[in-house]
Amino acid sequence: MAGNNLIGYLPKKTPIHQLSGFTKLLCFLMISVVGMISYDTRFLLALALFSVILFRIARISYREISFVLKFIAFFSILNLLTVYLFAPEYGVTIYGTRHVIFEGIGRYTLTQEQLFYEFNLLIKYFVTIPPGLIFILTTNPSELASSIHRVGGSYKIAYAFSLALRYIPDIQEDFRTISKAQQARGTELSKKASLMKRVRGNLTIAIPLIFSSLERIETISSAMELRRFGKKKGRTWLLAKPLKRNDYLALVLVVLLCSAGILLLFVNGGRFYNPFR
Amino acid sequence: MIEFREFTFQYDSQAEPTLKRINLTIKQGEKILIMGPSGSGKSTLGKCLNGIIPQNEQGSFTGSLTINGKTFSESSIYDLSLDVGTVLQDTDSQFVGLTVAEDIAFSLENEMVEQEEMRKAVNYWSEKTNLLVQLEKRPQDLSGGQKQRVTMAGVLIDETPILLFDEPLANLDPQTGYEAIQMIDQLYQSQKFTTIIIEHRLEEVLAAPIDRVILMDEGAIIADMAPTELLKSNLLAEYGIREPLYISALKRAGISLEALPDLTQVDQLVSPAIATALAQSQGEFKPVIQKNDALLSLDRLSFGFGDELVIKNIDLTLYHGEMVSLVGHNGAGKSTLSNLITGFYPLQTGDLLWKGRSIANESIKERADKIGYVLQNSNQMLSKNMIFEEVALGLENRGVASEVIQEKVFETLKVCGLYEFRNWPISALSHGQKRRVAIAAILVLEPELLILDEPTAGQDYYHYNEMMTFLRKLNQRGITILMITHDMHLMLEHTQRTLVLKEGAIIADETPANVLSSAVLVASASLRETSLYRLAKNNHLADATGFVSAFIQHEEGPYGGE
Repeated sequence: MAGNNLIGYLPKKTPIHQLSGFTKLLCFLMISVVGMISYDTRFLLALALFSVILFRIARISYREISFVLKFIAFFSILNLLTVYLFAPEYGVTIYGTRHVIFEGIGRYTLTQEQLFYEFNLLIKYFVTIPPGLIFILTTNPSELASSIHRVGGSYKIAYAFSLALRYIPDIQEDFRTISKAQQARGTELSKKASLMKRVRGNLTIAIPLIFSSLERIETISSAMELRRFGKKKGRTWLLAKPLKRNDYLALVLVVLLCSAGILLLFVNGGRFYNPFR
Repeated sequence: MIEFREFTFQYDSQAEPTLKRINLTIKQGEKILIMGPSGSGKSTLGKCLNGIIPQNEQGSFTGSLTINGKTFSESSIYDLSLDVGTVLQDTDSQFVGLTVAEDIAFSLENEMVEQEEMRKAVNYWSEKTNLLVQLEKRPQDLSGGQKQRVTMAGVLIDETPILLFDEPLANLDPQTGYEAIQMIDQLYQSQKFTTIIIEHRLEEVLAAPIDRVILMDEGAIIADMAPTELLKSNLLAEYGIREPLYISALKRAGISLEALPDLTQVDQLVSPAIATALAQSQGEFKPVIQKNDALLSLDRLSFGFGDELVIKNIDLTLYHGEMVSLVGHNGAGKSTLSNLITGFYPLQTGDLLWKGRSIANESIKERADKIGYVLQNSNQMLSKNMIFEEVALGLENRGVASEVIQEKVFETLKVCGLYEFRNWPISALSHGQKRRVAIAAILVLEPELLILDEPTAGQDYYHYNEMMTFLRKLNQRGITILMITHDMHLMLEHTQRTLVLKEGAIIADETPANVLSSAVLVASASLRETSLYRLAKNNHLADATGFVSAFIQHEEGPYGGE
């Protein structure tokens, strides 16, 4: 059978998997927010290193996330190009100096400041997204819902989200069956066929897939309604775990890390670290 | 108490009322079976009780319906859920919790019950439903019977005074279905809640006592009587419900049912008079001619996911023109086996021979030219809007000329009884018709062997008969048929050979009657002894298996046999 190319919870026994979902969500949110605010290259690099270490501890292999990483890489490069296209001298405005590498055509100059700024942007992507991946890959979907609820999110949205994640494997299985059934009727989906044919072939799979997924949604939503989901404002959780020592340790560590980021805001007198002065 | 008064209901999307002038009273503590063919309105009746109608499925109504003092249409699903607990069919698609415990506790979580109290309730109900050791597991990983008990426990935990079971036997193998009916009865005896079972499989439900049977047809109540009364009447045959086989046997033997006080328990139907009459009625069994023209052979086939072997060293030959049933408990490897034959899964060890030549290296598409595979879920096979397009798809992919396509598609549609519908959208078809479109889409490719996964699952007796008559017609045209099934009647009446799969190995390859009269085989395939066999055995007939075979062969009459 084909490997999992989408992300989803993979049960493993590592310290990160055993942390409460609440802790992981809170840490993820803190790191993401600080990572988004700060443009301090040193800090961002430190956070990136921290993420790499976390991936190691959580024993997440490159294979499991390669698809998502490529996806992120594609969009960040697209974004970087767009930034340059619309504001080729934005770095100059930010850092207040202008070290030209290449004069270029018209307004499209290349400056050290712009390069440095875009480099910062790039690491930001790789700092803010991995904690989210770690959270999703190491948190049991049912705990996911309760954690979102505990940090103040709507439990309905949280539940919808976790159910969606839960159904990814089922839908993948459906996709495989449908695709095999279509191949049995002569729809060529392998690399032997031309791109056009493959696209058209995959579209034929989409229709039964959508119908069988809609059917799933209908059944599950009436089953939930009959069991009184969504009537009350709040909800209790049978398996909500109290925080353990490791949870507190993780929270303290992340709070310290984030404080360092915030402290740097004051040291730098703003969001940017400026090596040009 | 539930009270329907002149209650008529019509869906907004329908031209005619689905329920017509229903008058029905169900008292607290009764155990009721609501029965009827597909489209009789029995499911709609259930949806009126739990509030799905009119909240989620709109329509108009006249007359009145009150449920424990709550008025229909003024009470929401939420309000009614405090009185009516619903166990839906198709357990697989309704699990919301990641573990069994969470799934059972789901409604309490929604009611914001404290953790401690929830734990107690979960423990109490999981003990009642024999699930204590499964609490930590994922519901998806359980057996069919356990899954259903999880769903039941999740509803029972609310302790509602009324319990509604919507087709509790669908998707269950005979043994598990029997256990489910016993479990429902046991809970009913200890808790005394009103129990309403919606089902079309009469014989199976009657395995435990029922107070009243409500027979519905075309939206109206035809009969409201005790089960024995119903069995004595001719209503079942008249309204297309399968009569229990032992009742048919008694009637055939000319035994007057009037004098018998209780017809629901086959074990009580024992007397010298019955024994004599049965023995005299026993017909002659003509052995089926053995086929010997090998079509498909499996040669020491083994297959596994990871280290675990799912298929273990299977040797098997299917002969040209056979109609064979493949049975086995859930997870025995039935679907895996067909996936290996069709090439959906790659071969690991062993070989596949088609008319003596290996097809192990052929692709899915090449094998599909000879072997057609019809999935259990027709929705997974249908990808076009119109019936004609769907059936034509395979031929178009082969690059057949359009005039030839039209000719072949029309011919296939005629065989499948779908010709009148050729320009219909698939979405307008019923479940059974969709299944036939799926079969037509495969048949048009002219396979010599047809593998069908649960061809009659979820269909009432009328559609079941229609489907089987159709498949036998195909078989007579020379197509070899292999059916994966849980249905004992199907194997007994429509196949000549039964393969029993247990934990990935074939443990028996016999006539269906022999399989069903062997206690060991019946237990390992999660089947049940048929009532017919019990009747013959209890009355000490000399050759109970022979009696069953002869009876079935005789019953087959209308379908012609050979």
